[in-house]
Amino acid sequence: MSIQTGAARPSTDAESDSRQWTAKARKAAVAAFPPERLLPDRQPAYMASWIYVFGILTLVSLAWVILTGCVLAIMGPTWWHVSAVGLFVNSLHLWSVEAFFFFMVIHLWGKFFMAAWRGNRRLTWITGVVTFVISVGAAFTGYLSQQNFDSQWISTQAKDGINASGAGAIFNVLNFGQMLMWHIVLLPLVVVALTGVHVLLVRRRGIVPPFGVGSDTPSSAPNSLPAGTKGDP
Amino acid sequence: MMSLLAIRALVNLNGPGRYLHWGFIQLSVANALLIVLMVVVFVGAILIPFRRGKRRDR
Repeated sequence: MSIQTGAARPSTDAESDSRQWTAKARKAAVAAFPPERLLPDRQPAYMASWIYVFGILTLVSLAWVILTGCVLAIMGPTWWHVSAVGLFVNSLHLWSVEAFFFFMVIHLWGKFFMAAWRGNRRLTWITGVVTFVISVGAAFTGYLSQQNFDSQWISTQAKDGINASGAGAIFNVLNFGQMLMWHIVLLPLVVVALTGVHVLLVRRRGIVPPFGVGSDTPSSAPNSLPAGTKGDP
Repeated sequence: MMSLLAIRALVNLNGPGRYLHWGFIQLSVANALLIVLMVVVFVGAILIPFRRGKRRDR
């Protein structure tokens, strides 16, 4: 990174600046995600269907999961086990997870029957599938972290299967501290990061059109719609 | 009203669950109803028309 010293810089400085990794990264980011594509104000007409709503419902549910999880982490187990407000927030955490999976599975069905990997959207599909699988692990470690008879039952039932797979050596479901750390640190980090990548890929590649509607592949123009579709506010 | 009472009786989350069995497959009634509800919502999302907002002229 160069430091400007007051006087106008010669053009050679500008050329050398453009070779810096920060400048290259900025140019690549702006080229991949121009503002019109990152936050579009128009969408293809075919998106006027309820089946396209379940992605954002899943995102909203995930936001509630993270928010209520943060409140539970701040206040601690005694609060969520004993106090009325704690029990309510604990229930909000559980039911937002239920809503998250409910909406995510319907989103998955919709995208599966649309073959949403068409038009160079393979990575969008794969990040969605991987996020789904890791979310199952996040929910599982959540059930193990409840600190009640339910979590004891689930962990003792699960240990044989996990140990038989060989994963028990590094993933011990009877180790409460380890399961809690996986649940509140590692798995949420991965789920949130992969969700971010998934959403960015949706912005990059566009939303898959139904069969028979124009071209599968979005054009390279920012905020472009597949051929044969009309923009709709 | 009667059907709601029947569902409440079948899906009592404060007691031992009721289970359906098909050979080695075992599924709680609560989960079975949830799966049915998901299928209903999925079909509804495809068939129910989406209310379109006012069209803006550019």
